[in-house]
Amino acid sequence: MKTLGDVAVGDSSTIIKLHGEGALRRHLMDLGLIKGTKFTVVKVAPLGDPVEINVRGYELSIRKEEAAIVEVQ
Amino acid sequence: MAASQLHVALAGNPNCGKTTLFNLITGANGYVGNWPGVTVEKKEAKLTSDKSVTITDLPGIYSLSPYSPEEVVARDYIMSDEPDVVIQVLDATNLERNLYLALQVVETGKPVVVALNMADLVEKNGDKIDTKRLSKALGAPVVMISALKNTGIDELFAKAREAAAKKAEVPEHKFDSAIEDVLDHIENCLPQSVPVNKRRYYAVKLFERDAQAVKLVNLNKEQADRVEQLVSQCEKDCDDDSESIITGERYAVIAHIIDECLKKAPEKMSISEKIDRVVTNRWLGLPIFVLVMWAVYYIAIGTIGTAGTDWVNDNLFGDGFTLFGASFPSVPGLFEGWLTAAGASDLVISLVNDGIVAGVGAVLGFIPQMFVLFILLSFLEDCGYMARVAFVMDRVFRRFGLSGKSFIPMLVSTGCGVPGVLSTKTIENEKDRRMTVMTTTFIPCGAKLPIIALLMGALIGNNDASWISPLFYFLGVVAVIVSGIMLKKTKLFAGRPTPFVMELPAYHMPSIRSWALHVWERVSAYIKKAFTIIFASTIVIWFLSNFGVFEGAFGFLPDLTDADEFMDYSVLAMLGSALSWIFAPLGFASWQAVAMSISGLVAKENVMATAASLLSMSDATEADPELWHAFAQQMFFNHGGTVGAIAAFGAFNLLCAPCFAAMGTIRAQMNSGKWTAIALGYECGFAWVIGLMINQFYLLSQGVFSIWTIVAVAFAAAILFQLFRPMPKGAMGEDDNEVAPSVSAA
Repeated sequence: MKTLGDVAVGDSSTIIKLHGEGALRRHLMDLGLIKGTKFTVVKVAPLGDPVEINVRGYELSIRKEEAAIVEVQ
Repeated sequence: MAASQLHVALAGNPNCGKTTLFNLITGANGYVGNWPGVTVEKKEAKLTSDKSVTITDLPGIYSLSPYSPEEVVARDYIMSDEPDVVIQVLDATNLERNLYLALQVVETGKPVVVALNMADLVEKNGDKIDTKRLSKALGAPVVMISALKNTGIDELFAKAREAAAKKAEVPEHKFDSAIEDVLDHIENCLPQSVPVNKRRYYAVKLFERDAQAVKLVNLNKEQADRVEQLVSQCEKDCDDDSESIITGERYAVIAHIIDECLKKAPEKMSISEKIDRVVTNRWLGLPIFVLVMWAVYYIAIGTIGTAGTDWVNDNLFGDGFTLFGASFPSVPGLFEGWLTAAGASDLVISLVNDGIVAGVGAVLGFIPQMFVLFILLSFLEDCGYMARVAFVMDRVFRRFGLSGKSFIPMLVSTGCGVPGVLSTKTIENEKDRRMTVMTTTFIPCGAKLPIIALLMGALIGNNDASWISPLFYFLGVVAVIVSGIMLKKTKLFAGRPTPFVMELPAYHMPSIRSWALHVWERVSAYIKKAFTIIFASTIVIWFLSNFGVFEGAFGFLPDLTDADEFMDYSVLAMLGSALSWIFAPLGFASWQAVAMSISGLVAKENVMATAASLLSMSDATEADPELWHAFAQQMFFNHGGTVGAIAAFGAFNLLCAPCFAAMGTIRAQMNSGKWTAIALGYECGFAWVIGLMINQFYLLSQGVFSIWTIVAVAFAAAILFQLFRPMPKGAMGEDDNEVAPSVSAA
């Protein structure tokens, strides 16, 4: 399974599914990360984590660990 | 209409400019407290232009989901009878995500007015928003405003009054017809007691299986089964879970609205993106951050701030000063003049000058430094840079169970722990917030710097601030990290690391007004401390050190004896002696050293002054080598203490519970007596253990061995074990090897 954390800096992809359950999953959905959403990985923090993505016209910081529940194309 | 009372709730995403709007329309003179039962801040104030209007600022949220206390507080308030109308604030430059909350707020059935904030930026970007169509699509009036430029506010409130008169609205927007069918069926299952305007909201919540909302509607068994059957069937049909279905539907509605109402100008790289490309660059990010922090300290602690502080200490509370050729007496001089003229006794003059003025003055002296520091830090926060700092630093903080957001309170704590603890408010997660509150005061605050200078003078005969202060900040950070790792493995903080998903808001110039208010909020927290807790505590300390028993008589010691060492007979001396057994293993058993620590619990600013007066060198400062020498000799060496004891004394005083004011802030922030006790108990326990280890290991290096050596080794082993053992699984942790006895007791 390819996840959001696997997308290289500068690349874009589309979300297929959010795995897991509970608060984190709901929070990501509320922030607009749902099935079919396009996003671009803008950059990675100086220490290698978290990553910054551009989604729905704004910038979001997300740890690779949390990005692991987001399956992408 | 003006006579009737109107309650307005402000709702919106974080960073949508809601706080700027709140400050603009209320002048920020309001009530600040907590929502009942949770540590979520509640702000309420009257509208400046019309006192019959009460504004309640809801926490910044992204959704009305049941998962975070902020969201629950917001939705409970909106659903309650108190607000007449909700003003939903949207960042108009980011309509898509901001509309997501707006749709949910409209669904609550409360009258809503939508404020499209940052209208000026929309215009500048060349975007066009069709407010008429948007208003029709949302079923709520829409007003373009700019909280920064103060435009559109009158119209906003005119619309809010009109909307409030309607009492209730039935939401307009519709989802896909298949979903609407299911929602209709669920609505039919709802009891009659649910009013017409709220039926849609509860139908959607039941569809989402929102446990909190399910409890509120009280379905009977039959109805509940029917709803569950409808939802599961729909989930099967859509091949998705119900929460995802609703979220998807909402974003589909939004996509449709955006299509109709928003004409975006061609994309170009914004200034914000250009700045960000450099500031959080993979290679430049950290060096830039270090440079920014260094600049902040160079300006606030090193140059401008210190110049101001020195001026206050040396002139206002020292020798008096000259301004435009006229000379002014110092504050103590002024008081002494007045009191003598009024025929006051020595006792009163001593109380006023040695007690109150000296104590409060010591605190006020820090204000220029604090002021400059907070001007800079508040700017970095308000312009959006601090979110980037959290982004850059998160990796470091996650290692010990915190997130990058914990870094900001620690930065503020280098000035003063009171605003430092206050700024933990921005941390959403409760465990993270509690742990940050518990550990942030390990970072030396401005008032601890003179103590450090005195100790280093006594220890190595040098107190060059340029390298010693950074060293102690570093030690403070180590204490935070060690505590974080240890605490994370205890029952109190066990559990998965909390998620860190954070919006990185676009950079913007904060409004001068908001910025000034932010600075004032912090400085005033400090000033309040000076005039309340420190005012009272200096009187207590003055009483304890000036009253006592001399030759069988209790009274004002300077009247009873001419001896310079009258303090040896004071209540403070008795108290110090009575408590000294606690500190004997740390090597400082003299009552003076203990008395200094006691006065430090009241206010760290007191420690230096207490030292100076205990040594009968009231005029000496921490830079005076004679004071270093007297301090080491009389308080330690004469009582069998060693260099190790001085270091242990320093470690204890820097790490133990902060001053009364900060303790009070911790109490307010924890909103729980139990957690306050845990925090203070841990801090004191940790400080004692570190002090013990320093002293005992120093003694051991000198060949001195005792039962306490074994205790110190045991503690060191326990700390190392706790640091390096793997994270215990799940709820286990009965045998957690906690360092502070008070923590395991709690």
